[in-house]
Amino acid sequence: MVLQRLGLGLLTLFAISVVIFSAIELLPGDLAQEILGQSATPETVAAFRRELGLDRPPVTRYLEWLGGVLQGDFGRSLANGREIAELIGGRLANTLILATYAALIAVPVALVLGLLAALYRNTWFDRLVNMVTLTSISFPEFFVAYILIVWLSVNLGMFPSLATIRPETGFGELLHRAFLPALTLTLVVVAHMMRMTRAAIINLLASPYIEMARLKGIPQHRVILHHALPNAWAPIINVVALNLAYLITGVVVVEVVFVYPGLGQLMVDSVSKRDILVVQACCLIFATVYIGLNLLADVLSIATNPRLLRPR
Amino acid sequence: MQFKQLERLYASGRISRREFLRAAMAIGAVGAASGMLSSAALAAGPRSGGHFKVGLAHGSTTDSLDPTNWENDFTSMLGYTFNNYLTEVDKQGNLVGELAESWEGSDGAKKWVFKLRKGVTFHNGKTVTPQDVIDSMTMHRGEDSKSPAKPLLAPVTEIRADGDHVVFLMETGNADFPYLLSDYHIPIMPSNGNGDVDRTAGIGAGGYIVKEFEPGVRAVLERNPDYWKTDRAHFDSAEILSVIDVAARTNALTTGEVHAIDRCDLKTVHLLKRDPSLNVTQVTGFRHYTFPMRTDIAPFDNPDVRMALKLALNREELVQKILRGYGIPGNDTPIAPATSFYADLEQRTYDPERARALLKKAGMEGLTVDLSAADAAFPGAVDAAVLYKEHAAAAGIDINVVREPNDGYWSSVWMNKPWCACYWSGRPTADWMFSTAYAAGADWNDTFWDNERFNELLTDARVELDPARRAEMYAEMQRIVRDDGGTVVGMFSDYVSAHSNEVSYEPPIAANWPNDGQRMIERWWFTG
Repeated sequence: MVLQRLGLGLLTLFAISVVIFSAIELLPGDLAQEILGQSATPETVAAFRRELGLDRPPVTRYLEWLGGVLQGDFGRSLANGREIAELIGGRLANTLILATYAALIAVPVALVLGLLAALYRNTWFDRLVNMVTLTSISFPEFFVAYILIVWLSVNLGMFPSLATIRPETGFGELLHRAFLPALTLTLVVVAHMMRMTRAAIINLLASPYIEMARLKGIPQHRVILHHALPNAWAPIINVVALNLAYLITGVVVVEVVFVYPGLGQLMVDSVSKRDILVVQACCLIFATVYIGLNLLADVLSIATNPRLLRPR
Repeated sequence: MQFKQLERLYASGRISRREFLRAAMAIGAVGAASGMLSSAALAAGPRSGGHFKVGLAHGSTTDSLDPTNWENDFTSMLGYTFNNYLTEVDKQGNLVGELAESWEGSDGAKKWVFKLRKGVTFHNGKTVTPQDVIDSMTMHRGEDSKSPAKPLLAPVTEIRADGDHVVFLMETGNADFPYLLSDYHIPIMPSNGNGDVDRTAGIGAGGYIVKEFEPGVRAVLERNPDYWKTDRAHFDSAEILSVIDVAARTNALTTGEVHAIDRCDLKTVHLLKRDPSLNVTQVTGFRHYTFPMRTDIAPFDNPDVRMALKLALNREELVQKILRGYGIPGNDTPIAPATSFYADLEQRTYDPERARALLKKAGMEGLTVDLSAADAAFPGAVDAAVLYKEHAAAAGIDINVVREPNDGYWSSVWMNKPWCACYWSGRPTADWMFSTAYAAGADWNDTFWDNERFNELLTDARVELDPARRAEMYAEMQRIVRDDGGTVVGMFSDYVSAHSNEVSYEPPIAANWPNDGQRMIERWWFTG
């Protein structure tokens, strides 16, 4: 079952690489023109293309790339000649650090808030939590980021406005520097997970077995934690997985605002310069993250609720 | 807290300048505080030390240390910081020697001899020799070169060493040749002994050594202890950060993360000016925003139509609305006031009546034309095009503004569409600018303009070594471009930057490139 899913995942990755490659080929201009920009002359563009092999047919270039990747070689960036594995390595680590940091704040906060909101539903607490989280998700990320910068960085001076971390940055400083971007991401993703937790639990609270538990005189918090929650895990896990994938793949705006050297900025730069090899590598990573997290979510859902293996 | 107490704390170095100002502000003693600071700063003069950080709007993950790949403000500043060039444009715009101590042109400006400075070493300890110069030039020449500096060196037929001199022989003369060698693409790098240089090694002869370079993120530099210039390179170390988002850049400066930023947000720069710990600088450089018309395509092949369109633009309003006053109106020539041989011609003004009369004369009343624009051309280009449309309507001209995608603008719109928006970062000499974009057949002649008298003057002026006669010729050329050329030069845009008053410099700020000629790291210092 899992193996079958993995096989399908690989097939998806292959399809994605074909789509991305053709999409970039369809964009107007190529790397030589984009790099040379306004200062391009026909002669220098031709020399550029010759040097990078861009004058060869796209199919040849794609097959060559595919051959390299199958052997674990992502090739070199067309734009600056650096090894792609090296170029991406540091940035992928940064992206994962930020995503983990944000997830470690966001997931517990969302689950606890969701549980509490379900427990005290339709009280002022429930309304307040809903209002605050929905407000923060409704604003665009950069706006939330600017507000946090003005408040916590410019006015209070508690956190730096630039999250420029480097490989040798110590752990404590890293947590301090990356706090604002992590908080921004937290504010953006909490609402989704919190609402799903609340909805899944409230939905279950109407079931007969919960009523039975209540009639037996079990306290409310026990009903929710021991009776309702185990059945609610599947949808919650799926939403959490989607949000984790978002934290890794969709944070380019936050990266730009805080000047955080992550993978998103690299991909945007590479697309605008038509550095097709780097774009391909980034896309493969992002696609793998999506496929992997979805698979993990399904496995965990089944682990918490084995009945899902045999759908009625 | 009393101001006296505060003053003592600051004088004894127990509180930083920023804390001092903040505290002074809190007790309402800003006037007194700024008086004290500025007198201290003036007395101090250049001071060594400190770690300087600057946030730039440019920088891309596709950058590299290879000079033939440099195309933005980040890499050009980096280039000028870790390298030395044969020549340098100083703060006043004059050409002075850098690695070349002196030079001399002869044979109708076809032969140039540069005398190298003695005892200068590269960061790897190697002495700078004529062979290094030759190999550094060779990198840009040859058929397989993709260097933006290739056209500059194209007329050179031979480069050879002669003792500690380097001799350049050229096919066609060029009186401005030494100027061209100050271009940021042509650093002098150490030869590898095989007639080539290691272009990505990041080794130069400049005032700072590259310690770390992460494309699109930062470059960290450390002072070169053996630097030959004794009155430069005051910072112990420096860091160039790529901060593309303008709000992030502004925040970085106001929260003290960096000491200087370029390209301030013109919409909010008046707020920055209120901060007593910051200074905003404004320099009219060479950068200009244009609307080139293809003179080989109707209706722009008609000089009357071109003139009518030039008259139908209210440049004052363009400067006010698009640049928020940070610039000067263009006069349809690309030669900036800071350029040598700039001719002070009468300013072209908005005259819809004359434009209408010219069109009537050409038999093209009620002219309808497309103007392609995208913000890739320059920030606010689409708005500028719409303003142009409004201005031209008064002359009975209907400009149809076509919004083009930013992506691929330079490859598929510029020089392809009959009329579009464009920017030029400008060139330090009139000849360089004209031969790049106005000479018939030039690669970037974006108007496809071919004026016989102009081309003749251009070739003659290039080899004319008498400055008075040259000035006359360039004045005539500027008049011809202004009245017959296909480019509407709408405005010159200022370099608007800001820096904390912890740093200082010797005025004026150079106009040839932004950020004090892109050499702020070696020219500026901490006031302490």
